[in-house]
Amino acid sequence: MNTDTWLVVPLYNEGTVVGDVIRHARKTFSKIVCVDDGSADNSGEVAAQAGAVVVTHPVNLGQGAALQTGISYVLGDPEMKYVVTFDSDGQHRTEDAERMVQRLRTEDLDVVLGSRFLDAKVEAGFMKRIVLKAAVMFERITTRLKVTDTHNGLRAFSRSAAEQIQIRQNRMAHGSEILQEIARHNLRYAEEPVHIIYTDYSRAKGQSLWNSVNILNELFLDR
Amino acid sequence: MGDQIVIKVVLIAALIVLMAILLVPRKGARPLAIRRLTYLLLLVAAIAAVIYPSWLTWLAALVGVGRGTDLLLYGLVVVFISHSMTSKSRHAESDRRFTALARRIAIDDAEPAAEAGRRLAESQ
Repeated sequence: MNTDTWLVVPLYNEGTVVGDVIRHARKTFSKIVCVDDGSADNSGEVAAQAGAVVVTHPVNLGQGAALQTGISYVLGDPEMKYVVTFDSDGQHRTEDAERMVQRLRTEDLDVVLGSRFLDAKVEAGFMKRIVLKAAVMFERITTRLKVTDTHNGLRAFSRSAAEQIQIRQNRMAHGSEILQEIARHNLRYAEEPVHIIYTDYSRAKGQSLWNSVNILNELFLDR
Repeated sequence: MGDQIVIKVVLIAALIVLMAILLVPRKGARPLAIRRLTYLLLLVAAIAAVIYPSWLTWLAALVGVGRGTDLLLYGLVVVFISHSMTSKSRHAESDRRFTALARRIAIDDAEPAAEAGRRLAESQ
């Protein structure tokens, strides 16, 4: 199914959940690459058994680096027309991803970004919502893109967008960087409402609000 | 404010310049050359201060600081911050190279994407 599309799944110490996530996603997308970012557990093995191709970073580099590695890897498949970035912890839904790819196929778009806030079903807490909204304000000012959700890992790119976008922010600031790249290359983009499943698992490991400070630091200091 | 107004203005201006450098992308030959000239001037000033310590006191009095040693300390703080920023950005640059190398190794070690794609498309 969807053999013109590759799912890129960054993977870091998710051995307990990634097997189910991959098996489920493979029902919709045949081609999945997991980028094992130097996991200490058996994540890579589990992902390979579940039916994904695994590309392994020799050392831990960060989620942004893993995304870029996955994108560079799938560009090696001449049949690839679309790339979807998808989280390994089960918080994204394959039906959302499929709808986003379908929009790339039928509309004049290079990038479709998943957004939590176009959808009524937001499960994020009050503080998290405030911080996410602040991030959106920041992005709107710095990139002039009219987006409603800047740190959503579910994104779909056309092949040409995947070729143009370069993620240099290895760690957490890649969300902002992808938007900057979209603006820089004048890519045609749209947002698609998606539903994020905040499980106890993802909440437990989830992004601390302090990370927004770290992201700003990376954006300005690590250039 | 009031007293020591000159040194306050000088120090705040220096720190604001450092903040500007932080927020505005910097690349190319000119910033590098400016940085090198600054270091050169600093060295010359250091030599002068060793030979004639009284100059430092004179300069301190001129900008409204009590002693030459205080002025030296202020200068040191500004130079230290600017040095930390430079070395951080150089560190980021070497990180980028390291990432490119690791990425190449990761992709070269993996099953080629075209083959993997065919295999996965069939194995469903």
